[in-house]
Amino acid sequence: MQDILNIQELTCGYGNGFHIRNINLNIPKGSFAGIIGPNGSGKTTLFKAISGNLTVKQGTLLLTDKNIADFSYKERAKNIAVVSQTLYVDSIRVEDFVLMGRMPYHSRFSFFEHKNDYEIAHHYMKLTGTYHLKNKLMTQLSGGEQQLVDIARALSQEPGLLLLDEPTSHLDIGHQVQILNLLQKLNTDLKLSILMIIHDLNLAGEYCDFLVMMSKGKIHTIGSPKEVLHYQHIEAVYNTIVVTETNPISGKPVVLLVSGKVLNQNHHINR
Amino acid sequence: MSRPVKYLFIIVLLLLFLLFAFIVSFIFGEVSFSLIDIIQIFKTGEGDLKYAILMKIRLPRIILGIAVGGSLSLSGAILQGIYRNPLVEPYTLGISGGAALGVSLVIVLGLQSFISALALPLAGFAGSMAVVFLVYVFSVQRGGIHTNSMLLTGVMISFIASSLMMLLMAVASNESLRSIIFWTMGSLNEPNILLIKIAFGASLSGLFFSYFFARDLNALRLGEERAIHLGVNSALAIRFLFVIASLLTGISVAVAGIIGFVGLIIPHIMRLFAGNDYRILLLSSFLGGAGFLVLSDTLARTIISPNELPVGVITGIIGGVAFMIILRKKYTF
Repeated sequence: MQDILNIQELTCGYGNGFHIRNINLNIPKGSFAGIIGPNGSGKTTLFKAISGNLTVKQGTLLLTDKNIADFSYKERAKNIAVVSQTLYVDSIRVEDFVLMGRMPYHSRFSFFEHKNDYEIAHHYMKLTGTYHLKNKLMTQLSGGEQQLVDIARALSQEPGLLLLDEPTSHLDIGHQVQILNLLQKLNTDLKLSILMIIHDLNLAGEYCDFLVMMSKGKIHTIGSPKEVLHYQHIEAVYNTIVVTETNPISGKPVVLLVSGKVLNQNHHINR
Repeated sequence: MSRPVKYLFIIVLLLLFLLFAFIVSFIFGEVSFSLIDIIQIFKTGEGDLKYAILMKIRLPRIILGIAVGGSLSLSGAILQGIYRNPLVEPYTLGISGGAALGVSLVIVLGLQSFISALALPLAGFAGSMAVVFLVYVFSVQRGGIHTNSMLLTGVMISFIASSLMMLLMAVASNESLRSIIFWTMGSLNEPNILLIKIAFGASLSGLFFSYFFARDLNALRLGEERAIHLGVNSALAIRFLFVIASLLTGISVAVAGIIGFVGLIIPHIMRLFAGNDYRILLLSSFLGGAGFLVLSDTLARTIISPNELPVGVITGIIGGVAFMIILRKKYTF
């Protein structure tokens, strides 16, 4: 199967500061992939390299077999849509916000949206369950609703690859599952390739079919959730003692934490 | 209401407002005319003193008011957009400070009689462009533009310029001091028709070119990084817009001196009235600013006629009060 992303020996970073080095990564089309790793491990840097916000210093980064640097700004926005982590704060109407996703399809001189743009925006608002919010202001929405609207905006770009930076971080478990179920549906129904940064290892294991574990600017492990979410990998990367189990319903790996007190009382326990 | 219809409606309303300002300013003054007088005067045509007042004094002044009011308000809207900061106005970046310093220098050195009537506008323009250049150079780093450092640089240069100007004023003669203060207060009284034509042409071109970036400004509302994700070359758009706004402000200040508040208040009033979308905000700010300044100027020259108040006094008071009223309503940037 063709790769949506093909990264070889990638090095990139900020000035003379933090760099990610020697990244090798292939993500097949139609994947639902997750990037995990502790704070400061280079997840966001890798993410920025893929979204084109950081220039590649060494190595190659191919998006559907074409070098990312060869894309124009507009072309790139037609192929990759990004849902960032920061919540949105500006008083713009929800519908207008979603319509912004159509920008890459307009020339500088086409002044108004076409009927077709409205249709596409409305379609994805319905798909994300946000159509009824269309006349509200973004500032009037809850965090979960803003996230859904932002996903509708990203989908209106009709990308081949959807990047999300911690799409569930500000949300309660109900909304977390709502967002991830939506992404799963998009992945299955629309064959949309998804790559997200996610901190919650259990959600990563439950939803992703492919995980990239990063540590200190390098890739530590790549593989299926079962392979990556092994307690030895997690303990090495996060420096934390964990217990891994299997979810009795889904059969996916589950990561459990143990408090320091209990660990001290049970120091005789060996795995 | 669909977007084009809504925009058309807003534009027509604002054009009517501008027309109203134009007529009021044309009729009222040291000598006031009724509309019937005006028709009579135009029938008589040239040679009449009244005709000369209307066509040689009032009309050029109105046109300058449109140019300066439109330019300041438009560049205020642009700058608030690229810095994503509601408090930014055309003078925040030290453009006016630079112009004032240039003018003060020429006055103190006694150069204005030396180079003719164009000396002060030229000095003002040179001063403002020097500041723009400094701000630009200091904040362009490795291909990117850092808007926050740009803003801070501008504010600092503005402080330095005003300190230097105070230094000049401390050593200036009484005569020079008066000239400096008079210039700083700003006025639409400009006898040189060429300068008025330049200011008017520049303001319309600025409006025209700003529209190439109206959509980019919309995307920049979401932040530079998000704008890039939407396919906008943020750095390029910010550079172009910065240059447009600086030129508009520089020319306005050079011709009319420092007229405060138009560039801060009008864009905010227009955000409220016409919406935050830059496709309409740019034009509505221009038209609103033009009408507002023409009306303010009419007040400034009639209120204590035959004397004239500095127009900045009127824009400051009216603009400030109007804005406080608006802030009491629910309003977010």
